[in-house]
Amino acid sequence: MNEDMNAPTQKIAIRNLCKAFDSNEVLRGVDLDVEKGQSLVVIGGSGTGKSVLIKSILGILHPNRGSIEIDGVDITRLSQRDRRKFTDQVGMLFQGAALFDSLTVWENVAFRLIYAEGKSRKRARERAVDCLSQVGLAPEIGNLSPAELSGGMQKRVGLARAIAADPQILFFDEPTTGLDPIMADVINDLIVERVKALGATAISITHDMASARKIADKVAMLYKGQIIWNGSPKELNNSGNPMVDQFVHGRAEGPIKMEVRRA
Amino acid sequence: MNIFAAIGGVTLALFRETGRIGIFALNGALSWLTGPFYWRAFASALLRIGFMSLPVVGLTAIFTGAALALNIYDGSARFNAETFLPQILGVSIVRELGPVLAALMLAGRSSSAMAAEIGTMRVTEQIDAMSTLAVDPFKYLITPRILAATIALPLLVLTADIIGIYGGFLVSVYALDFSGAVYIRNLDEFLTNFDVISGLIKAAVFGFLLALMGCYYGYSSAGGAQGVGSATRIAVVTSAVLILSANYLLTSFFVDF
Repeated sequence: MNEDMNAPTQKIAIRNLCKAFDSNEVLRGVDLDVEKGQSLVVIGGSGTGKSVLIKSILGILHPNRGSIEIDGVDITRLSQRDRRKFTDQVGMLFQGAALFDSLTVWENVAFRLIYAEGKSRKRARERAVDCLSQVGLAPEIGNLSPAELSGGMQKRVGLARAIAADPQILFFDEPTTGLDPIMADVINDLIVERVKALGATAISITHDMASARKIADKVAMLYKGQIIWNGSPKELNNSGNPMVDQFVHGRAEGPIKMEVRRA
Repeated sequence: MNIFAAIGGVTLALFRETGRIGIFALNGALSWLTGPFYWRAFASALLRIGFMSLPVVGLTAIFTGAALALNIYDGSARFNAETFLPQILGVSIVRELGPVLAALMLAGRSSSAMAAEIGTMRVTEQIDAMSTLAVDPFKYLITPRILAATIALPLLVLTADIIGIYGGFLVSVYALDFSGAVYIRNLDEFLTNFDVISGLIKAAVFGFLLALMGCYYGYSSAGGAQGVGSATRIAVVTSAVLILSANYLLTSFFVDF
């Protein structure tokens, strides 16, 4: 299944990844490489398997076939415990921010430091305030509960939480969905800035083309569970692939048929 | 024509679910033995499941004890055995009604709350988020709750026993003209330690079961608001059924003891 020769700069190498839920095949042989320090954006329509791809890399879902190598080690063959060591170096911003609503904002940001790394609450809090300022939030925000924040602020807190433990790999699940265009751009800027500052490898999934162009070093398009195209953001406009073309320009007519039934 | 396939499918699904719950229960029962243990989550679960349930359990107990006193008096008067009221009431409360009623109230109060809270965390990806933050969601969310309920319910039942017997005492003394001193002496001479302890053992089992159901159905819920709603409903119903059936099994074991 997997006999590739990794270049030493390859942070993540995915080969022939397949995942099905009962009879519904979501991923049908995904091949993807991400270099160290690179920011990859996976684009694709709803239901093409973008979230399943990320959750498989995170170890939340278990793929049926194929391999996912991080730093040359296939994490799909590791036990739960060993896999955790690899997924320990990741941070993720969830689509709905997924903040813990029973905790305050600063406890959310410091969650990993307190509960996984055993730091004192005082020191963890200092770090949380520091992370909040890195995403442009005042220290007082830390005492609020997540429900009191706007969508854009929740996303920023989610980003602060993802970067709090200096991860080497960052995942962004539709980081701009549900935000107004200005706030979306603020989030894009923050993502670019924080990923650069950490020197991290980033994988984002989105269907927001403005966001993709801004944060990507490399773009890959997922369609029907396979990567049908990849290239630099500049190549997006003349990809030579009619499906990518249709997606980038947002046309209803083209090779990608939406299943819409008309009365 | 596919009747065999249908029966087979249902049977397999039943075994699969039972197996899943069994594994979940085993993890829940043993996971506190290996670290890390989240004390803060445990303390907050203990506070919510135990302390905050005191009013509802106390009210249940006092009215049950009071009503029970009237019923026992009325029934035993038919064969002139009214003097045994304190003994019958005491045994009924500590061996049966205290544990069962407190557990049923907690199934409604805590099992449902656990299923709804954990279920909402599941569908809003908070549980996935927790595992990306290097914290095992099972150990942070499930272990403390199951342990807290298993410890809290016996304590609640002990309180319910006292309040329930006091409810019976009030009715006996103020409405049925019993002598308070005789009531207490009869009860004290008659009740054994095992009567009370067997009730508390029941309570620990019920506490484990109701937390297990709340956590299991919440943890495995899917499909948004409707999924959380049905997880909550199933958690309460299965808790109640398991409590009542476990009560019979434990009782039949204890009476032979």
